[in-house]
Amino acid sequence: MVHYKKSPSRIIFLIFAYIFLIFLAFVCIAPIIHVIMGSISNPTYLGLHKGLVFYPLHNVDTTAYKIILKYEKLWQGYRNTIFYILAQCLVTGVCTVIAGFVFSRKRFFYRNGFMMVIAFTMLFNGGMIPTYLVIKSLGMVDTPFALIVPGALSVFNIIIMRTSMEGIPDSLEEAARIDGANDFTIMFRVILPLCKATFAVIMLFTAVAKWNDYMSGLLYLPNRTDLYPLQMVLRAILVESSQDITQSSSDFTNNAQLYKKCIEYAVIVVSTLPILMVYPFVQKYFVTGVTIGAVKS
Amino acid sequence: MKTGERKKKTGKRAQGYIYNGGIRAFPHNLLVDIRRNKLIYVCLVFILAFFAIFSYAPMIGILMAFQRFSPAKGFFKSKWIGMENFKVFFTGPYVGRLIRNTVAIGVLDLVINFPAPIIFALILNEIRQKAFKITVQTISYMPYFISSVVACGIVINFTQAGGAISVLVGNLTGGTSENLLNKGTLFWLIYVLQNMWQGIGYGSIIYLSSLSSIDQELYEAAYCDGAGRWKQTLHITIPSILPMVSMMLIMRMGGVFSVGADKILLLYGPANYKFSDVINTYVYRMGMLNQDYGLSTAVGLFNSAIGTLMLIGTNKISKKLSGTGMF
Repeated sequence: MVHYKKSPSRIIFLIFAYIFLIFLAFVCIAPIIHVIMGSISNPTYLGLHKGLVFYPLHNVDTTAYKIILKYEKLWQGYRNTIFYILAQCLVTGVCTVIAGFVFSRKRFFYRNGFMMVIAFTMLFNGGMIPTYLVIKSLGMVDTPFALIVPGALSVFNIIIMRTSMEGIPDSLEEAARIDGANDFTIMFRVILPLCKATFAVIMLFTAVAKWNDYMSGLLYLPNRTDLYPLQMVLRAILVESSQDITQSSSDFTNNAQLYKKCIEYAVIVVSTLPILMVYPFVQKYFVTGVTIGAVKS
Repeated sequence: MKTGERKKKTGKRAQGYIYNGGIRAFPHNLLVDIRRNKLIYVCLVFILAFFAIFSYAPMIGILMAFQRFSPAKGFFKSKWIGMENFKVFFTGPYVGRLIRNTVAIGVLDLVINFPAPIIFALILNEIRQKAFKITVQTISYMPYFISSVVACGIVINFTQAGGAISVLVGNLTGGTSENLLNKGTLFWLIYVLQNMWQGIGYGSIIYLSSLSSIDQELYEAAYCDGAGRWKQTLHITIPSILPMVSMMLIMRMGGVFSVGADKILLLYGPANYKFSDVINTYVYRMGMLNQDYGLSTAVGLFNSAIGTLMLIGTNKISKKLSGTGMF
């Protein structure tokens, strides 16, 4: 880096830059701290407090956590979401590797032609209702399949997988073939290990998208609330401010209504903190993923 | 024609195929190809079937927009009514506010949230203190990992009467704290700021990575020529990331009027429909709640047709201006 003497204007700029960045970081993290501290605050004081909360108010009160611990629907949602994420990752992983392999084979004469047929779907899609009706006519509505099968393949994933596989020298495949390996062995034993980074990125994005997704639960599970993913349960509590959770806890504390805010915060903490804990470890992959995505598209 | 031996090296033409044969050679070449790559074609059948069912079938289903669709009769037996659904929508009471809200939110989102990550990345790039830089970066990505349901839940909580932001705004304007989401066009701003909160750090990743790939010697040369930091930014940094910026802009322009339903569905309510209802949320309400499939599909088609036109249009313009486009 060039080392240059700092002019006064530069110093002023840097001061503003630091102030701006500190402010931005504060804005990004303050709501998170507010929610965490609010969830363990005394509910009466929380109700009276105006503005952000940066420390547990009055005393540390964990009643809200005790209430949500007993709230079976939340944990059911949690289990469902974990199942959906694992199933989706498995299905998407296998399908994307196979599709990427197919479209990266240079001996496949019409690979670009068929790729165009698929890539066209990026440009135009059927929209909410026609897609819903197709899934309904397949009998998938109100089953977990509706949340997993439609996401098995995406053009975007296929393209980045294919590009990454095309970068592998043909000689490796030929060597494996001479050793008697068939296509599947080559795909999973030779090529996949060399595309680990791309594969990890696809898995990560798939998992995050599934974690985030509430729309498919809303659209495709109209009558099966027991299959709801976590986000649908959270939506009921946070957005529709359903009274279900405070009522269900009436045997636990006689003024659960008082804890409504605390419960909301506690639910947010329980459903978000695990992700925020994992995230610093996967950040590296995220950065690679975003960069790959932008270059390829 | 004899099928040739398997193609050995890339770059060489494989034997057995007819090149330059145009579409008439397709059946022949396809047969040769299938004979050689049986397993690939087996997989391909499944892949094509998947896209036929989940992408192309809904595309055909768009024709419902021209039907009085009844679920009992199904797609093939429902009555065709031409442009009736479009007429109903365009003469209906909501068309004006739907288009206004969609355009307003889309444009506001583009104007504010497209430059925001770029500015953030540029400022962050000026910081030489590594630990500080990494800390700010890590914190700024954090909101991206909060799910949209939780993020919108937090927004609702903060902006309702007595919420942290609502109280702050009340104090600043000298009024009382009220539900900000229901205060007319403020909904647009809240939606856009919420997007910014979640997206600014994440959106900056791409620019930071392209900033870090700028050749440092350029800066040294500029410094020797007497260019200050500001001049360096103006003549080296910004031109270096310009291709990336223009590419991201094309991508965003294509989707500017396709304001997604998912976040708005979480934030809106009957009390603020006037300023929060966009085309996609209307599609959801008409289709899923009122079961008016034909009308809903027609409105959705209108929106996605505009989206596709925008995409093709911006791509054309960018090809003319810079010679690069997405397709």
